[in-house]
Amino acid sequence: MAVTQANSTPKQGIRGFMSANLFQNQGVLVFVVLIVVFLAGSIIFGSTFYSGYNITTMLVFNSMFAFISLGMTFVIITGGIDLSVSSVAVLTSMLAAWFSRFGLLPAIFVPVIVGTLIGLFNGWTISKLGILPFIATLVTFMAARGLALIMPKIFGIYLANLFPNVSWSWVDYVADYSIVIDRSQNFQAIIGNFLGLPIPVWLILIAYTLGAVLLQYTRFGRVTLAIGGNEEAARLMGLPVTVTKTLVYAMSGALAGLAGVILASRSGTALPTEAVGWELQAISAVVVGGTLLTGGKGSVVSTLIGVLLLGLIFNLLNFINVGGFSLTVYWQAVVRGAFLFIVVLLQSSWLRRNR
Amino acid sequence: MTTSDQASGISTTMRDGTRGLLGKARTYGILAVILILVIFNFFRIWNTISNTATFVESGTVQQEYIRSLNQALNVNLTQVATIVIVGVGMTLVIATGGIDLSVGAIMAIAGQIAPLIFLGSIGQRFGMGVTNTLAIIVPLIVSSAVGLFNGFMVTQLRFQPIIATLVVYIGGRGIAQVLTNGYLQVFRNPGFQYLALGRPLGIPTQVYIMFAVVILADLLVRRTSFGQYVLSIGGNERAARLAGVPVNRVKTAVYVISGFLCGIAGLIVVAINSASDANLNGLNIELDAIAAVAVGGTPLSGGIATIWGTLLGALFIQLARFTLISIGVPYEFALVVNAAIILTAVYLQRQRSS
Repeated sequence: MAVTQANSTPKQGIRGFMSANLFQNQGVLVFVVLIVVFLAGSIIFGSTFYSGYNITTMLVFNSMFAFISLGMTFVIITGGIDLSVSSVAVLTSMLAAWFSRFGLLPAIFVPVIVGTLIGLFNGWTISKLGILPFIATLVTFMAARGLALIMPKIFGIYLANLFPNVSWSWVDYVADYSIVIDRSQNFQAIIGNFLGLPIPVWLILIAYTLGAVLLQYTRFGRVTLAIGGNEEAARLMGLPVTVTKTLVYAMSGALAGLAGVILASRSGTALPTEAVGWELQAISAVVVGGTLLTGGKGSVVSTLIGVLLLGLIFNLLNFINVGGFSLTVYWQAVVRGAFLFIVVLLQSSWLRRNR
Repeated sequence: MTTSDQASGISTTMRDGTRGLLGKARTYGILAVILILVIFNFFRIWNTISNTATFVESGTVQQEYIRSLNQALNVNLTQVATIVIVGVGMTLVIATGGIDLSVGAIMAIAGQIAPLIFLGSIGQRFGMGVTNTLAIIVPLIVSSAVGLFNGFMVTQLRFQPIIATLVVYIGGRGIAQVLTNGYLQVFRNPGFQYLALGRPLGIPTQVYIMFAVVILADLLVRRTSFGQYVLSIGGNERAARLAGVPVNRVKTAVYVISGFLCGIAGLIVVAINSASDANLNGLNIELDAIAAVAVGGTPLSGGIATIWGTLLGALFIQLARFTLISIGVPYEFALVVNAAIILTAVYLQRQRSS
């Protein structure tokens, strides 16, 4: 009895903390759905579904969406949106592939730095020039995709023409429209295993823990939430609105850069036509997690659960094969849309009931 | 009676914002840049023609020049037509404070249904005239219905517009692909393709359609109470509701109009290509359309709709792209430059409006 009394104030006690801050209420619900879906999949499809191979592949594949969705969560909490993440990821995957011949560190850090710079540019146009996030990130969406398309020409033709006397062994790696990673440098080790789990999974756990702490326990996180709640009020209170917004977009860019590194390392060949529609996938995951697009509210852990649920369901769709009828990619798109519809529908009616 | 008077009172002030001095300055700014681009292209084409054709007598050089100009004009107008048609619907949606991401998916659905009709059994049963009429009407009904679904989600289920139309963006293209299992439908149907390949008075049919859509929409916004309702909802939805504006009906209607116009655009794309490709029809057009709307001076926050501005915005983006590519800038790099141009244009718009 005394325990429940102690927990009755929402900001104190472990239970209040879990439900109010860390998960948000919908996160718990989605988490339950996630468990149910996983168990159902395991019962229906047996060991082919819950085998280590399938789960690992799914986790590594979805780690890219997880990184992008983490950045997107922060952006959406400020009341903005970042459409540029897919283009940033594809541009940085080209960079990662090319820099893979100089070793592991350049192949990771150059893409992340470039992603951060693009994010900083987004943040600058949004918070300094006052351009709406939708348009500002649409512009970098176009520009980064254009740069990704031209990247093979820059590395393959322009650089070789610029320095004709140097022998460019790496020109061989650059085709007309793609860049092949250098396998001798062991770049693909970054999607390998470490202590039994793939490294991207570890990275996600670290990133989301840091993200949750950042949002809940730091000044930066508080300001982020305040901006989304009421930007004008936050500015009048003297909070560093401009700097925080810029940093939020920079963070989104950096995480998209990290997703690009994993993309290059997974596929072995970086193509500028990859990662189409990722920004919408990330927005879906954030919405499924329960973060409102109006900003001011949101949870990092819920987003991770949203990513996992979406990933799990689309993984399950691949297993469906009833009497020779399997779901094609096209049907999967229909199911994907219907699923998002149902989640948002439940979310809105659930929110109305709890208001 | 009084409520509707109040409603029109609210929106008249907003409408004046678009027609006032600031609005004019904005429109003329873009118009001036478009004129500069056009004149530049006149000289550029003249230069190319006179350089390559010095050995021909002067009479044919002039003929060649006029032919090239005509070709350049047609290329630009043809390419811009679908973006403008979709952009007009987008302008109305954005004017109510919403956004429509589903436009490309609706185009794909409409474009996929038309060949299904005239290549299928209906086409063999009835005459060509009936079939082609059906092949135009049925997709337009379906695309309006998808728009209605968007409106239903936004007004009845209270989804945020970006999420509601995201649902259709993801699922709609899937439906279009499922209709033929993702296969292309290749066809040759002069009657249907007159929609895009017809040249009444030497100008492509879709350019007429484009201008008709722009003029009608402009009249709708400026001369009807519906247009005033649209603007008042975007300006302040709560105030509009209190003033007796049928907010839900108007918002639904706006998404239906957007869906209908996307249907037209989807049919035009299919007619140009002689093939329906659900994977590519209207891909990324929502971004082009939104960029055109933003450059044209309609703020994404709603309350203002400049239909002619959207036409000018789309023309400006198209001409900039055309000029860049024709002076030899690689397509990929033109994307980057275009992005910078859009950013600058939107920034200047913002500067003037504040």
